[in-house]
Amino acid sequence: MLQKTGASSLDELFSDVPEEVRLKRKLRLPEGVSEYEVRRDVLARLGQNRTPPGSLCFLGGGVWPHYVPAAVESITSRQEFYTSYTPYQAEVSQGMLQALFEYQSLMCDLLGMEACNSSLYDWASAAGEAVRMAARITGRKRALIAGNAGPQRHEVIRTYTEPMGIKLDTVGFDRSKGTLDAEDLRRKVSDDVACLYVENPNLFGVIEDGVADIVGAVQKAGGLALVGIDPISLSLVKEPGGYGADVVVGEGQPLGIAMNYGGPHLGIFAVRDIKLARSMPGRLIGITTAVSDPGRKAFAMVLQAREQHIRREGATSNVCTNQSLMAVAAASYLSLLGKDGFRRLGETIISNSHYAAKRLSKVKGANSPHFSGAFFKEFVVSYDRARAEAVFRRLAKKGVMAGHPLSGLLGPKVEAGLYCVTEVHTRGDIERLAEALEEVL
Amino acid sequence: MKRFSQAYWDEPLLKDLGRPGRVGMRVPTDPAIASRFRDPSSLVPASVRRASVNLPELSELQVLRHFNRLSQMNFSVELGMYPLGSCTMKYNPKVSEMIASSDSIKQAHPLQPSETVQGLLSIFYELERFLSEITGMHRFSLSTAAGAQGELAGVLMIRKYLRDHGGEGRDEILVPDSAHGTNPASAAMAGFKVVKVPSDETGQVRAAKVRELCSERTAGMMFTVPNTLGLFESEVADVCRTVHDSGGLMYYDGANMNALLGRARPGDMGFDIAHLNLHKTFATPHGGGGPGAGPVGVNRKLAEYLPVPVVSKGKDGYGLDYGLKHSIGPLKGFVGNSAILLRAYVYIRLLGASGLADVSSLAVIAANYLWKSLDPEAFPASHGKGLQRKHEAVVSVKSELPGAAMTVAKAVLDYGMHAPTVYFPLIVHEALMIEPTESEPVEMLDEYAAALNQIYREMKEGTLGEVPKNTSVGKVDEVKASHPMTLRVHW
Repeated sequence: MLQKTGASSLDELFSDVPEEVRLKRKLRLPEGVSEYEVRRDVLARLGQNRTPPGSLCFLGGGVWPHYVPAAVESITSRQEFYTSYTPYQAEVSQGMLQALFEYQSLMCDLLGMEACNSSLYDWASAAGEAVRMAARITGRKRALIAGNAGPQRHEVIRTYTEPMGIKLDTVGFDRSKGTLDAEDLRRKVSDDVACLYVENPNLFGVIEDGVADIVGAVQKAGGLALVGIDPISLSLVKEPGGYGADVVVGEGQPLGIAMNYGGPHLGIFAVRDIKLARSMPGRLIGITTAVSDPGRKAFAMVLQAREQHIRREGATSNVCTNQSLMAVAAASYLSLLGKDGFRRLGETIISNSHYAAKRLSKVKGANSPHFSGAFFKEFVVSYDRARAEAVFRRLAKKGVMAGHPLSGLLGPKVEAGLYCVTEVHTRGDIERLAEALEEVL
Repeated sequence: MKRFSQAYWDEPLLKDLGRPGRVGMRVPTDPAIASRFRDPSSLVPASVRRASVNLPELSELQVLRHFNRLSQMNFSVELGMYPLGSCTMKYNPKVSEMIASSDSIKQAHPLQPSETVQGLLSIFYELERFLSEITGMHRFSLSTAAGAQGELAGVLMIRKYLRDHGGEGRDEILVPDSAHGTNPASAAMAGFKVVKVPSDETGQVRAAKVRELCSERTAGMMFTVPNTLGLFESEVADVCRTVHDSGGLMYYDGANMNALLGRARPGDMGFDIAHLNLHKTFATPHGGGGPGAGPVGVNRKLAEYLPVPVVSKGKDGYGLDYGLKHSIGPLKGFVGNSAILLRAYVYIRLLGASGLADVSSLAVIAANYLWKSLDPEAFPASHGKGLQRKHEAVVSVKSELPGAAMTVAKAVLDYGMHAPTVYFPLIVHEALMIEPTESEPVEMLDEYAAALNQIYREMKEGTLGEVPKNTSVGKVDEVKASHPMTLRVHW
């Protein structure tokens, strides 16, 4: 091989690397070991983590414990999917293209939207892209962010929009109900507002029952209504298209994707008006036919002129690698559950969470739920005397991950944590949670 | 030549499959809880209650068949050679998949207290040390989800650092004309004006040219080494000095780091910031377009500017530090693409110092060998005469025919091999960008070169015919697809 390359030695193949920048020593890394040794060591170290089934997880806030069906794992473990690249050569990549197209279609129906891209990194970065898009479209430099949206989204929106000179204003929320403060919104919305970003259900798990008016208020001022969602909630909660949302972003992780200590997850990004598709970030897959056989359906990446590999500095976003495999997981998950299963799942979740909230209300020193607004799968519990941080740590010591502190969000005097209950939690689990909370409070 | 025919299933869309009432998964329900909530949907206020959800109605087997059939219509690294230039489609070790499927990571919630995830955090801490040593950088943030997000983090750090040091007026980023599209797109997202740096006739960037373009408006430069032509930038150290002298910072695009493991390090070349694509160099699978991970590293003076969180080590063990003094902030909601980071860690442990150096040696030999195996009359190199290639080689297709590179790309699919990257870099006419990686055995490289040479002969003789013909579908009508109404089906 070396002979054919024209070089007389391996080092000669690197002779174009100037002396001054050449590394003249070996990398200071451990030497490689066998697969067996690596596996044994890494699994042993991972074993120090406290995770289900050895412990219980009632945490939410943007990543939630849900069951990942075996069939979904089987599909995403197909090497044909996971060892392929972006489907640049459509003719040999029809499988991934159709799977992503199915994802886009399923999401459009779930969200009540007209166009959904084939994924962004996660909820927060999708929210960041959405605010940037709203500013581009409206030419305005002020964005309203719901004060009861997740701080992770709020912070990432700030990072994404700061270079565009966008000013973020927070809209307050009703301290007893937990929903967005419509009065405060009216005060802050004006004709210089590019958009409002609101979550439904919001960070506290509370369903925004007045969301149609909220959306209407910002649209009346010429801004875009951006709504952040947990897709599982749409089993029972109205689709954002149904109340007029312009852009929907969200976290697709509940749709058959493991929590994975933060990722990979699935950033959802969809628009209601098909005309906005040309302003969207991210890849889009379209349905078409073969050139020589107009009867044979085929799929291809479309509207690529928006993207960085064509438009460079004029692109709608720099995104290239996305979360395609996670979109395949979501498509297979939604197909497995289907119309009836998905609804039943929603019913189980809302029943379990309400059962749990009621059970925790019997714990002395706990106010559960803290807010009076309707909730889906998450709820806030406030504590009469204990510090939220201490409760959180002490519960964890007992093998119960629950009550992530809502530091400062509810005012200086309120100590509270967020709880999430889903289909994975049994009555026994909820009992264990209640007993643990009783012990630490 | 071996015969190949890709599977074709005339697979309907999900909406055309199934029957009303069918469900593919039983949902857990506790009768004792269910009996307390006769109509659970009434817990949702009527104003925002959903009437019904339109989804397919299939059995579990039907869903599996549907997606398994689709998978058979998808080319992948484990099926055949996939030499997409700049994408580094190497073998993804199976053991990484096995380890990443452990409940110890899958069931870990990113908000659980750090004392309950010490195992994983210790691995991340070590991974950060590994990546710092490999690149010669001081510190890494593992939080960025992909290469492009690493780039965005990089230019945002340049922006913030300059503003903190009296450089508010510096609003230009230099980007070579051979750069990936993500470079100018990232710079623009961070609010910079992009100044294009022309490559010379060898395909390299000259320090003298950079000097001409530098001014008091220069914030920095994004530089890919080796570049997208597969050439090591021989004046890289001078370029770094030039930009530094004019008050700018240097950003290393690590897309092509696969060529340099154990041979050269961006930190030693003079770069201030560097990102790595773990889904390229560090063998994590590309997932049909993602997920990836794009950790970003910096030298000492920028350490406090990294995107948060970073992994910390203190007297109480490992933790996530969100408190960096000058951080540009977070770019992702939670931690990072942890399951991808874990796979990259496994890869580094498997190979170690010597193994990683061998990766680059083998990747470079393979690229040069394949390049030299191509008919030089048919596939001349437009740049880099007399220079060795690093991880990839870029050639032109010599032809009067329009779209010749695309024709070659489609024709090679018929051999059961993937096409090279085409029409990139933009400075090469009818470009084929070929990156075989270290994973391919020599007989595969021979087969690939023979296929390209044969295709060219048939093109020239006019006997090639319609291509591709052995793929699931023939040439796809991309023009017809490029209308927004084709983006979904209505149920």
